[in-house]
Amino acid sequence: MIDWIIDLLFWIVFGTILFFLRGKRIFWTVGALGLLLLFNQFFTPGFFHIQLLDGHLYGSRIDVLNQGAKVMLLSLGMVFVIATGGVDLSVGAVMAIAAAVSSRLLVTEHQPAGVAIAVALVVSILAGAWNGMLVAGFEIQPIVATLVLMVAGRGVAQLITEGQIINFLDPTMVYLGNGHLFALPFTLTLVLLMLLLAFFLVRRTALGLFIESVGDNDEASRYSGINARQVKFLVYAFSGLCAGLAGLVACSNIKSADANNIGLYLELDAILAVVVGGTSLQGGRFYLIGAVVGGLFIQTLTTTLYARNVSSDISPVPKALVIIAVCLFQSESFRARLSRFVRPPGRILKPLGSRPSQNLSTVTPHDSRES
Amino acid sequence: MATPLLEIIGLTKGFPGVKALDAVDFALQRGEIHALMGENGAGKSTLIKVLTGVFPRDAGDTRLEGHVIAPRSPREAESLGISTVYQEVNLIPHLSVAENICLGRQPTWFGVIRWGAIARRARAALARLDLSLDVSRQLSSYSIAIQQLVAIARALDISAKLLILDEPTSSLDRTEVEELFKKLRKLRDGGLGIIFITHFLDQVYEISDSITVLRNGCRVGCFATRDLPRINLVSHMIGKAVQQVEALGQKRASTASIRSDAPLLEARGLGRKGSLQPLDLDVRPGEVVGLAGLLGSGRTETARLLFGVDRPDQGTLRIGHQAVRFNSPRAAIRCGIALTPEDRKVAGIIPNLTVRENIVLALQASRGNWRRLPVAEQEKLTDRFIHALDIKTPNREQVIRNLSGGNQQKVLLARWLATKPRLFVLDEPTRGIDVGAKAEVEKLIQSLRQEGLGVLFISSELEEVVRQSQRVVVLRDRRKVDELTEGEISEEAIMHSIATHNLERPAA
Repeated sequence: MIDWIIDLLFWIVFGTILFFLRGKRIFWTVGALGLLLLFNQFFTPGFFHIQLLDGHLYGSRIDVLNQGAKVMLLSLGMVFVIATGGVDLSVGAVMAIAAAVSSRLLVTEHQPAGVAIAVALVVSILAGAWNGMLVAGFEIQPIVATLVLMVAGRGVAQLITEGQIINFLDPTMVYLGNGHLFALPFTLTLVLLMLLLAFFLVRRTALGLFIESVGDNDEASRYSGINARQVKFLVYAFSGLCAGLAGLVACSNIKSADANNIGLYLELDAILAVVVGGTSLQGGRFYLIGAVVGGLFIQTLTTTLYARNVSSDISPVPKALVIIAVCLFQSESFRARLSRFVRPPGRILKPLGSRPSQNLSTVTPHDSRES
Repeated sequence: MATPLLEIIGLTKGFPGVKALDAVDFALQRGEIHALMGENGAGKSTLIKVLTGVFPRDAGDTRLEGHVIAPRSPREAESLGISTVYQEVNLIPHLSVAENICLGRQPTWFGVIRWGAIARRARAALARLDLSLDVSRQLSSYSIAIQQLVAIARALDISAKLLILDEPTSSLDRTEVEELFKKLRKLRDGGLGIIFITHFLDQVYEISDSITVLRNGCRVGCFATRDLPRINLVSHMIGKAVQQVEALGQKRASTASIRSDAPLLEARGLGRKGSLQPLDLDVRPGEVVGLAGLLGSGRTETARLLFGVDRPDQGTLRIGHQAVRFNSPRAAIRCGIALTPEDRKVAGIIPNLTVRENIVLALQASRGNWRRLPVAEQEKLTDRFIHALDIKTPNREQVIRNLSGGNQQKVLLARWLATKPRLFVLDEPTRGIDVGAKAEVEKLIQSLRQEGLGVLFISSELEEVVRQSQRVVVLRDRRKVDELTEGEISEEAIMHSIATHNLERPAA
């Protein structure tokens, strides 16, 4: 009975949010997440079950939030990189490096957790700065520049752990990925803090404007006096920081640092999350909240497939199909083309998105004669 | 008269917030060159884009040789026989001439490209323009003028009935324009219908048979060129009475506003290997210095050196008595220099950002990353400039890409005025913008001068340089060949300096 009421409340809140987002770019991302949850509401028994145990909330939705924290953190860094017209392929490897550094300091070097975490984060920022130097300083193409660390990073992590899988039990480190704060997983607090930091950078400094400007027209930005190199350098360093945090969460989750597997292929999930969130890979306008919701969407999809007993070998296939569908629906020209089939021809269609589009179709008289 | 080649009846097209075309009629005969005139934002480009299927129409009919057509893409328009050559050469510089001409319709044999056929076809297409080139050479190895002709050859290759030329001459010099016109006349005499869009009134009168004038998305009228006096054309375009237009042209700059003899900018032997021979250049506060010369004579190179885009490798530069060495535009901006670049699209606008964001950009950049201009102040600033420069935009949050060229240029001017510069370098500020906006830009330059700014004014239109400047520096082949002072300045004098060979005055 209580479950029913909670579910009802959940959907009322969700529906209200969706209502207020209509016409915004992020509508399609949140809407896709809603559809996925709706599917689970009806077809995945127990998915919506939620309970309070020892003052902690448990349930599939909470799991999604907890598990999704890594991708959400990564996409927070990735969205800025992509907005400058670049991409960061190395975030998975940087996660492994952060995990390796922290656990080595903790276990082998017997350092306190605070030091281990701080050093790991500094190393992650340096790794990001390395990418930034290659891209901004030496003007190497972002894909190639970050591919270097993507491939070499795991080797570096192996060197740090000396090829071992390091296990740890330090309570602070374990709390990062498993602890609870205010009945919710602590990882959510981390995501929220990073989101606030990102919001501060975008809204209270000029970096948001500069990032979009550099991504949209690099040359004109330079003519306007923007330090385009510095901007690019900073976004890669920030992406490194986000990846480092995600790496700490990942190794805390399993209480060990496995340089080979931590963060494997997560860079792809992060890129997808940003794209699903509405940001174009061409750079320019970016959607911060969209990227986080995109991360949540990807995790919900993964968890749904697990819950439906789809084996992990073939789960990428349905995942790919759903993501293609979401991306298509974000495209105004696709929606316009689709509505030609749905609506009677000869009528002028109103734009659905908030931005005016040039290829939004009006159906020409020529069409109506044909049909 | 027989059915016109092209007939447009009641064409209407709206964008969010604007009615770009309002029931426009247009007719073009076979063997006619028809100029389409109007200020920026009058609807010329929209008309062309609807006609060629880039934009869908809201209402109206188009007939080609009496048949109703409604192309949904430029490709479909091409297959109907309507070809377009745009202002910027829309070809691929790294490919060969032949590949560029046949791109997208390569003759193939079971999916394999027939290179021999491509070369033959390209040569045939060029022959129609009496042009013989090595079609296997890279397009970029030819001059812009030749590239423009290649673009026309490409357009004609598809058995075109109708050729649309959108500002084809804006990057050509005088002899190249002559050459192009000779070829256009030949095509016209062969029965081709040509729609010609330009801002150069001289050229309209030189080449066109009739003129259709648009204003604010409406058709003002269609006239035979020989029956329409020039002053009436301008008056139709800007919608003002003839007397007002005549008053525009008569203002003449005077040296009265020059405040001191101490130069604001003092370049001595400033040069860069391979781009500019060492030159001396002074700009005093309250003075407009014109920089004249043909395309490629080193005008833009001078601007780039002064603005820190390129680094000089010899000579000295002083800004207000202080020796400076710029290694980036940022350093130049810090010294109070502003530059509106020649190529608005590449180095000027940030296309997908709003008018507000585009205006505050340079000011914000000079304040750095952390001291963000509060939104309320950004909005106040933007509204002030929209009002002061009469920028035509539905609101300040409009994406700049949707503005017409002249209004984009005004936004760029606003961007720099917001930084309160001491020296304004204007590289072709009036290129591709209409008569009305041109007059406003000229007025703005004079008011800047009166406020004591130094202005370096670069333009290919000698008439403008003469009207604006108190001093004119003439460049040829990347070196300074002459400097004309008040009293000596006239179009003839400048042309004389440009044309005369080996006449180098001893450096004063």
